[in-house]
Amino acid sequence: MKKSRLSLYPALIFFLIFFLLPVYVVIVTSLKPLGDISLDTMWSLPKSFDFVNYSLAWEKLGPSVINSFQLVIPAALIASFLGSMNGFVLAKWKFPGADVVFPVILFGMFIPYQSILIPLVTTMRELGIYGGIPGLILVHVIYGLPIMTLIFRNYYASVPNELIEAAKVDGAGMLGTYFRVVLPISIPAFIVAIIWEFTSIWNDFLFAVVLTGPSSWPVTVALNNIAGSQIVQWNVQMAGALIASLPTVLVYIILGRYFLRGLMSGALKG
Amino acid sequence: MKRAKDWMPGLLLTAPSLVALAIFVYGFIGWNFRISLTNWKALSPDYSFIGLQNYRDLLVDERFKIDIKNSLIFTVVFMVACLLLGLLLAILLDQKLKFEGLFRSVYLLPMAISFIVTGVVWRWLMNPATDDRISGINLLFTKIGLDSLVNQWHLTPNWGMAGIALPAVWQMAGYTMALFLAGIRSIPEEIREAGRVDGASEWRIYRHVILPQLRPIALSAIVILGHISLKVFDLIIAIAGKQLALDVPAIYMWQTSFDAYNFGKGATLATYILFSVAIVIIPYLIFTMRQERNS
Repeated sequence: MKKSRLSLYPALIFFLIFFLLPVYVVIVTSLKPLGDISLDTMWSLPKSFDFVNYSLAWEKLGPSVINSFQLVIPAALIASFLGSMNGFVLAKWKFPGADVVFPVILFGMFIPYQSILIPLVTTMRELGIYGGIPGLILVHVIYGLPIMTLIFRNYYASVPNELIEAAKVDGAGMLGTYFRVVLPISIPAFIVAIIWEFTSIWNDFLFAVVLTGPSSWPVTVALNNIAGSQIVQWNVQMAGALIASLPTVLVYIILGRYFLRGLMSGALKG
Repeated sequence: MKRAKDWMPGLLLTAPSLVALAIFVYGFIGWNFRISLTNWKALSPDYSFIGLQNYRDLLVDERFKIDIKNSLIFTVVFMVACLLLGLLLAILLDQKLKFEGLFRSVYLLPMAISFIVTGVVWRWLMNPATDDRISGINLLFTKIGLDSLVNQWHLTPNWGMAGIALPAVWQMAGYTMALFLAGIRSIPEEIREAGRVDGASEWRIYRHVILPQLRPIALSAIVILGHISLKVFDLIIAIAGKQLALDVPAIYMWQTSFDAYNFGKGATLATYILFSVAIVIIPYLIFTMRQERNS
């Protein structure tokens, strides 16, 4: 038994290398001095460390990293709060037809956003919020509602009904029950929801590229632009790739358990 | 029947979200369909009705034929590879080994990264240059004596989309693994014990006890991976930009609408993408909700 298990490690380590290979290349390339770019040595460790690539990449990406934070933080907070209220109502304070409304809401998280893009751009132009971060926040909040509602509805479904009934007996109305009984026990669900929104908005490209201009580009759009140009060296591009993924990777490393729970609910399994 | 006084506050609390989704999801889908029936071909809106002309044009459109073929190749390679690799990794990790948590975390890491970053990095790894310009994975192959594996990756004639699927598999295989692993772990240990008592080998237990129980998870995985592959867009943009050989409907729609301002045709392509996703997603939603009600 023991021996046959030991023989599994080569396979596990092979896949470990497969998943880490790109990470290795990003790190060693981004640390090599600009002159040291000969193709033949791309897999070798750098002879000397040089952080100049990072300062060059930051020159190009810095403003867009700040844009991304200004976009992601309010959007994730607002969307998760709205999702929490929706989830509470759909799990514990149902109105007639709530069980039909729920899948109708969920469909919104699967649609290809191309299918609403032209009306969306038209509407945002009419409202005068096209091309800036506030408009993009609004869009991410709205299209984040289905998954946020799903995460909180699943979480509240496991809250005992007696807890809600007890609050009612004490004379609490719906808002009182929500704020005094339900919200205080919602912290785990909020962590899952906020991490999910943070990651998916940070990583979004389609809405960002269509709805923002150069001064409000989030980091995905800015990175794609320096990658497309021939002038920017690979060393700088790899440093940029690392800068662009660092916030979400750090969240993943620190709060991985909650990240995984969000992923699972995305498959409709609570 | 509960009284309106009881449920009305709930409806009011969700009303802003419901109205927003009604407009931004369903209203806009309807509006987009309306645009697809028009001859809107410039920046300023033109709602002159031309019926299904845009759809008829698309059916004989050469670029759209390439897109459908590309989309199919990508979907098949991506889904089969993710499902097989995901299942294999899940079974490997199910053996209660040391460092299980570390392996699982690394396999899942790409899920925290954007398709754009993945694309930028893999564009370099999949550099198709040869001879003295050789680099990326091809260079690695020659260094470890696997010269026969050197290839053109996403620039391979006809099969370039399979090359694009490689980074997509790198990104999503860990997620598929996590789904399967959760499924395997939710099977009660007694069921496996019963198999062992009957003298079945571990392999037979997986084949005859565990795999059949994973059918619902496999369905979820197929639907999730399927709708991602039908929408694939940013990964291709980051790896290859806009080139015809690697074109898919999502890129065609984007270019037609926002580079060429042919909104009537763009909306038609959008409707097609929505349709291809909806025929996968709607039955799945109905199935899942029905199951939830029964349990």
